Amino acid sequence: MSNKPRKFKGGIHPYDSKALSAAKAVVNAPLLDKYTVIVHQNIGAPPELLVKKGDAVKKGALLAKAAGFVSVPLHAPTSGTVTAIDKCAGPTGISVPSIEITADGEDEWGFPFEPIADWQSAEPADLKQRVWDAGIVGMGGAGFPAHVKLSPQKPVDTLILNGAECEPYLTADHRLMLEQAEEVVLGAAILARILGLEAAIIGVENNKPDAIEALSKVAGKYNIKVQGLPVNYPQGAEKQLIYALAGREVPIGGLPMDVGCVVQNVASAVAVADAVVKGLPSIERITTVTGEPLVNPGNWRFRLGTPISKAIELAGGVKVQPAKLLLGGPMMGFAQSSLDVTVMKNTSGILLIPAEEVSQYTSEPCIRCGRCVECCPMGILPATISQAVENERFDLAAQLNVLACIECGSCSYVCPSHRPLNQHFKRAKAEIMAARRKEQKK
Amino acid sequence: MPEETTASIQLPDAKKLVVSNSPHIRGGETISNIMGHVLIALAPAAAAALFFFGLAALEVMVLCTVGCVAVEEIWNKCAGRKPTWKDGSAALTGLLLAMNLSAGAPWWICLLGALLAIGLGKQIFGGLGFNPFNPALVARVALLIGFPQLMTSWVVPQAGKFMACDALTGATPLGASGAAVSSIHNLFIGNVGGCLGETSAVALIIGGIYLLMKKLIKWQVPAAFIGTVALISAVVHFFNPEMTQPPLYHILAGGLLIGAFFMATDMVTSPMTANGALIFGFGCGLITSVIRIWGGYPEGVSFSILFMNALTPLIDRSTIGKPFGYIRVKKEG
Repeated sequence: MSNKPRKFKGGIHPYDSKALSAAKAVVNAPLLDKYTVIVHQNIGAPPELLVKKGDAVKKGALLAKAAGFVSVPLHAPTSGTVTAIDKCAGPTGISVPSIEITADGEDEWGFPFEPIADWQSAEPADLKQRVWDAGIVGMGGAGFPAHVKLSPQKPVDTLILNGAECEPYLTADHRLMLEQAEEVVLGAAILARILGLEAAIIGVENNKPDAIEALSKVAGKYNIKVQGLPVNYPQGAEKQLIYALAGREVPIGGLPMDVGCVVQNVASAVAVADAVVKGLPSIERITTVTGEPLVNPGNWRFRLGTPISKAIELAGGVKVQPAKLLLGGPMMGFAQSSLDVTVMKNTSGILLIPAEEVSQYTSEPCIRCGRCVECCPMGILPATISQAVENERFDLAAQLNVLACIECGSCSYVCPSHRPLNQHFKRAKAEIMAARRKEQKK
Repeated sequence: MPEETTASIQLPDAKKLVVSNSPHIRGGETISNIMGHVLIALAPAAAAALFFFGLAALEVMVLCTVGCVAVEEIWNKCAGRKPTWKDGSAALTGLLLAMNLSAGAPWWICLLGALLAIGLGKQIFGGLGFNPFNPALVARVALLIGFPQLMTSWVVPQAGKFMACDALTGATPLGASGAAVSSIHNLFIGNVGGCLGETSAVALIIGGIYLLMKKLIKWQVPAAFIGTVALISAVVHFFNPEMTQPPLYHILAGGLLIGAFFMATDMVTSPMTANGALIFGFGCGLITSVIRIWGGYPEGVSFSILFMNALTPLIDRSTIGKPFGYIRVKKEG
């Protein structure tokens, strides 16, 4: 492995606005009266409910158990009573099943697990089981169950921790790496042990020199390498990160394990460390609440099920009406229409965007300037594919490798004609996959 | 208005939130911005034209620009489309057209050129972004074929005398031979006869550098275009100096610089890929050289660019690179 990270082709340099919250230390959000925990917080099958209305639960108690391998259990964010099992506003705009817990104010742990203090001599299989039991998912945004990634079906020789945090505005991982560097490194070491590896590498964009320094100070203890990365969106995209740190290209439609890699988010690593060493399930996370309209942007440690409205209140409320409310970052996050959506395991940011930033655009004809081609980190031709999609030629879009698109949004960002490129690709991918499923059924 | 809460903390009004697909921020680049920068890049050449050809040049520039914008808007009105003059593309086409005409061009040539450029060159295909050929060059070539006499009689430059328009005609430097050959120095500053935009090499180079710095054109196009012309003329001149001028003369005289920096680099009609741009520039250079050295016309820049415009879709299609992660799929497949 070379010492210099490889630069992927393309990428963009949006104004990052991280200064709004980068210097704000993580604050534990005060206990609420009520939490509305969304049941399905992971990619894969939703977990099976184990509680019913009226049940008393302790903090950390099992609310739902994994339904199959690609599924994770869900735990209570505080002690109290299950007061409703209902539907609430979901992050994609569709109502989703949820568990309402009315807190008793005691916040009393009902420890579900024994800490594994001597993890260095514990069986890797037991450690992996603990990761699963603790309900840990990819906390960078995707929400993919961590234990599945730790069960590669192909030989793996490289463990990468994703601390790139390339999305503008977000600083949750930055603060985590700065304030909990030891836990990040400990989590990396445990993950490495589970995979039977001796080492791991943490990739951090160079715009967080303090985090790189903090990690480097403690990394030597477990043979973890900290690598600064050039600031270039989407540096934190899994495939681009692997290319930068291991010099390998994940095949289109393939997984990191196809090139012998496993990638975990730094926040997931801390959750793993907590689960193993302290016996804690995944019931809280650090989230950046930010945006120009907010009075006091910052980073908070929220329990799962905290409504966005409460998070915005903690940030002092708004000075002006924002144009958009997002879960996640401005490049790949989801726009929300309700303040009742609650914090989930993969909520890295709650972002309010002012009207100036999201003026409504009319799509104009493509002038073939080629900016999208230049910035596409996957090396496809966004302009050409977009025209194929407009003509509903999904076969042509597939031929032009639209399925390689990682939906990073760089092409839409640079387009002078304000064409909805990313939207076109999402549509094309959905249409192509639906057509293939239909084909398979025949 | 945002709702009030008890602690006088204001929450956003959920009903006013916009929901749309990601990304939620934009780089801020617009079509009118791009066109505006190209117009700025043309400013030195336009100023040089004013300096050497005086008010006659101004008249041509104004007529062409106003003519193009007018044709565009009349067409939009008739076709029931929204006005598009704000995007600046029609004005740019107009100025580029003026740069391709002689200062002595009569008023009706300018207006006919505007009609040909916007009507035949652009709107008939569906407007901005859909035209296969460079609109200004469509007009120039149509006029050149229709009115060869008018289109090849050049006003002799009268540096600094703004009112002087004595309609002295001289040969274009590329058509000249023997004693009529201009000095490299005059070609460089622009003290030669020719189209408005063909004359001052230094002004065009300044504009070209501006375009490159602003990343509005791909460097591959002018580099390959000019490089190919220089190489071919150097080889031919070396073996047979009688046959053609030396390479520096080829670069500075005629329409090569404006063609390579401003016409061949037109986004709509040139390839999007970097390798495609190289092929495109090379093709332009090759055809220009062949026409200049062996062809019937003294100048071949316009024809070469139009010819390569026609090949652009083919070039684009054949230069699509392999996407990230493609090779391994094949290996394992």
